[in-house]
Amino acid sequence: MSDYDHHHDGEHDRPLSGPALRVKALESLLIEKGLVDPKALDELIDTYETKIGPRNGARVVARAWTDPAYKQRLLADATAAIAEFGFIGRQGEDMVVLENTPEIRNMVVCTLCSCYPWPVLGLPPVWYKAAPYRARAVIDPRGVLNELGNEVPEDVEVRVWDSTAELRYLVLPERPAGTEDWSEAQLAEIVTRDAMIGVANVTLPARSPK
Amino acid sequence: MNGAHDLGGMHGLGPVVIEKDEPVFHAQWEARMLALNLACGFHGRWNIDMGRYAREQMPPAEYLATTYYEHWLFGLEKLLVEQGLVSAKELDTGRAEAKAHGLRALAATEVSNFLRNRRHARLDDNVPPKFKAGERVVARNIHPTGHTRLPRYARGRRGVIDRDHGVFVFADTNAMSRDKKPQHCYSVRFSAREIWGPDACARDSVYVDLWDDHLDPA
Repeated sequence: MSDYDHHHDGEHDRPLSGPALRVKALESLLIEKGLVDPKALDELIDTYETKIGPRNGARVVARAWTDPAYKQRLLADATAAIAEFGFIGRQGEDMVVLENTPEIRNMVVCTLCSCYPWPVLGLPPVWYKAAPYRARAVIDPRGVLNELGNEVPEDVEVRVWDSTAELRYLVLPERPAGTEDWSEAQLAEIVTRDAMIGVANVTLPARSPK
Repeated sequence: MNGAHDLGGMHGLGPVVIEKDEPVFHAQWEARMLALNLACGFHGRWNIDMGRYAREQMPPAEYLATTYYEHWLFGLEKLLVEQGLVSAKELDTGRAEAKAHGLRALAATEVSNFLRNRRHARLDDNVPPKFKAGERVVARNIHPTGHTRLPRYARGRRGVIDRDHGVFVFADTNAMSRDKKPQHCYSVRFSAREIWGPDACARDSVYVDLWDDHLDPA
């Protein structure tokens, strides 16, 4: 163990209730040492706040719903098909797309940490990273889905995918009925992050887009 | 290691609560924490598996009582000291004793390329697979004190190879000794009843990504 492990007692103790202070102190130290550049930190944050998020994944899903050849490519080689949009890189190096059907519901979790397909969904929401979902998704997926208002009929198979390696999973939800004449762009508007994780269905909004 | 991070199947942790219109970060320090972790990773002193292992070593009671970015903070501080980028004294006092030697910080103009570069967990090594899709396997009953991606709930359970993903870095050894130990990684399908017993739904299953070294023929 390093010396640092023994620094939890005494006057230098920095309680866990103050992570903001600790992170601030760490950033100052790393800047002083020349290990990080604060402008790069700003750029990293801006990327995940404004450029990479679930709208990316929604575009992939909408294209798969409207272009059968694209859907075929997506299911055969998700990494390449997603890269057609330019969505590549960190935490999406090897993608797998799981298709929901009337008979099969897929649901993605990472029980050991919080693996999540960043290039298509952005950073994971708190509930995905928190203990209750990671604990329960594998042992009681139907219970979790019920609580979230998505009861799965008895005759539908539930497949839970635990992201324990470097494969990253994206659920291709079922296209809702009544959207047959919708454009790809309109469809992308209704695809949600939770549907692409597999804990929700895509539903029509109360008022359809014009 | 049999740590608090290995949560699959645990009871009593409460309901899953989805926050409506959740922001990407709930506080400024969370955003800085994410960015610090990525920017420090740029120096290449550790790999992603070492990063996960560092976070897993947070004491279990603390792990369960803290949030995601607090786990990251714990892991980053540990790695910075262990890998010699920062001394324990510097971390403690918050004051630099010396500039980092021969290291250049990630620049803002490099961020986009840095995030788009693949990290090559998939390898080109020509390693034959031990199993084929459709073959029956049993997950090893192992309890290493170091890092493993074989979750407790799957150990000793019988499953079927669903698909072979190809050759990947083996996380368990890469975390401990930087030994990539190239081998095939598979999605293995376990029936819910095989893992959780007769009360589980007979139709349902759990797919776990496991490597050759986690599996034996069944």
